[in-house]
Parts: sequence; C-alpha cells; structure tokens
Amino acid sequence: MIFYLTLIFACQLVGELLKVALELPVPGPVIGMVLLFAGLMVKRGIPEDLAKVGDTFLSNLSLLFVPAGVGVMLHIALIGEQALPITLALVGSTLATIAVTALVMRAMSRAEDAEARNASDE
Amino acid sequence: MNKDFSEIWVYLSASPLLALTLTLAAYQLGNWVYQKAGKNPLLNPVFIAVVALVATLLVTGTDYAAYFEGAQFVHFLLGPATVALALPLYRQIERVRKSALAISVSLLAGSLTATATAVGIAWAFGSSQEILISLAPKSVTAPVAMGIAEQLGGLPSLTAVLVILTGIIGAALGPLLLNVMGVKDMAARGLAIGTASHGIGTARAFQVSEVAGAFAGLAMGLNALVTAILLPLLWRWVF
Repeated sequence: MIFYLTLIFACQLVGELLKVALELPVPGPVIGMVLLFAGLMVKRGIPEDLAKVGDTFLSNLSLLFVPAGVGVMLHIALIGEQALPITLALVGSTLATIAVTALVMRAMSRAEDAEARNASDE
Repeated sequence: MNKDFSEIWVYLSASPLLALTLTLAAYQLGNWVYQKAGKNPLLNPVFIAVVALVATLLVTGTDYAAYFEGAQFVHFLLGPATVALALPLYRQIERVRKSALAISVSLLAGSLTATATAVGIAWAFGSSQEILISLAPKSVTAPVAMGIAEQLGGLPSLTAVLVILTGIIGAALGPLLLNVMGVKDMAARGLAIGTASHGIGTARAFQVSEVAGAFAGLAMGLNALVTAILLPLLWRWVF
C-alpha cells in the first residue's frame, strides 16, 4: 500500500519537475496522471493495491475541494457588487458548455456507431 | 462569546487540528443532508460544506489564512487524487480509443463554448476587463485556470473562487440538464460534466458511474491542456 502511495506521489513530483523544466502549460498533477497512465499501459494492468489506494482518493474527491471553496469568503464583496453578471455568466456558460459537449458527443458517437454497426450500451 | 470560551477558541485556532476537523465535519454534514434529501443534486455536499464553513469562520471572526493553515492538509491531497485519475481512464481505455475523434471534437466545442459564453454574458452585463479575464478560464481545473488568469492580467484568487463555483453549479445542475436533454450515454454525460466543471463535476460523475467518472476525468485533463494553449492566443486575437 505504502509503495503505491509513494508511486502516486512520485508521479506528481516528476510531473511538477517536468512542468518547471520544460515550461509546460499543464499543472504537475495532470502530467503525473499522464505518467501513471503510461505506466499502466506498459504494465498492461492495475495492481490490486494500487487500485485500493487510488480508488480511496477518488471516492472522496469532493471533500478535497472544500478548503479551496471556502476561499470564496475572500472575494465576497467583489462578487456581491457584480452578483448579477457573475451569476448569469457562471450558470449560463456552465449549462451551455454541458449542452454543447453532450450534443456534439452524442451526434458523433451515433455517426461512429452507425459505421461500426454494433451500438455500444444504451 | 464569553471570555472562557473565546480563550479556548483562540488556543484551538492556533493548531491545524481545529480547521481540519471542522472541514471534515462540514463535509459530513453536507453528505448527510445530500443523502437525507434523496441525493438531490441541488444539495451538493461541497456547496453545503463551504456555506457551513464560511458561516462558521465569519461568526467566529477567523480569517481564511488561519483556516487554511489546517485545511491545507486536505487541499494538498488534490494533487495525488488527480494522479489517481489515471486508473479509471485506464479501465475505460477501449471506449476512449474507439471514440477518440468524437471525444476530441466535443471537447474542443465544449471548451470554446465555456470561455466564449462566460466572457460574452459578463461583457453584455458590463463587467470590468479584470472580471472578464478572471471568468474566461472558469471551467478549467483551478491550478491551470489561476495560471491562465495571471498570464492575461486577471485576479488569480478570484479565478479560483469562480472555478469552484462553476464546479458546484455544473455538479448541481448538469445532471438535471442532461436528464431533460435525454442524454443517457454515460460517456457523453461524463465528458460534458468534466469539460464544464472540472474536478468537482468529475467527483460528482464518479458517484453516479465509473464510466461517467472516467470520461469526466479525461475531459478535465484535456480541457486544461486545450484552454491553456488556446485561450492566451485567442485572447490576444480578440482584444
């Protein structure tokens, strides 16, 4: 277990180093994700203990955003002043993004499925 | 507050344990309310926890920096958790490979929509340039979004807040919108929520299905990459 926890931390660490060394526009943890993914591709499988550690993180992912979310208190005044445009922009844009992404994905998956003739689930 | 109590509070506030315990307790409260309300997506656990904590800090006169001293231990785990997103992605590799083109095109469409509509709406309502820049990367995972905002001359700390709010809005309203639209495919649902509302959307998607979670995580990573590259270029071109 500790070995795989170390491995996950090491992926992030190498990701942070690569980000700085190569001036990449992506954050270290995302590069770390790519590294771990590449490792799994090479190994062709997920070791059981790595799955235990990783899935523990992922099943509690929401909790990890709470401290950053509380940072809203730093900007309460500014957000209050601009409450209407900010609310409309956030809600409108988030819904538009979800709708556009899902519609394009659905349309293109259908086209691919038609080509591949065997439809995936649902 | 009476004198004894405030002395105890001052003592406890100096140790990270209080902020850490409060954070976990507030999240438990959020989860409890969410479960009690029949998993109503509008009662997002992160949203409830944040409201409870902000109220507590304001009432007790604790500032955010003092709170974060303790809460940073939870915050820190975001990094390794992001690395762990490689697992569900690997488990879905066949589906991802099969739909690579569909994923790329929908992601690009979603990414451009996210920035264009956020900036467009706020601009139409007369927001300042500073707010527009801070809003532009709002669908991207926080560390990348903050970097983009800083590069373009926005307020990184405001961006962080807007990113979190976007995540909560997407996690709360996204599933309802997708139900209304009749999108049942978990891959499309995950991809849409991950593109629009990054890690908070991804966390929410995982609660529903492993497939949706994997696609949301993939969308979050790709959207960070696409926006970090395209937004600075587009911004200079438009303004």
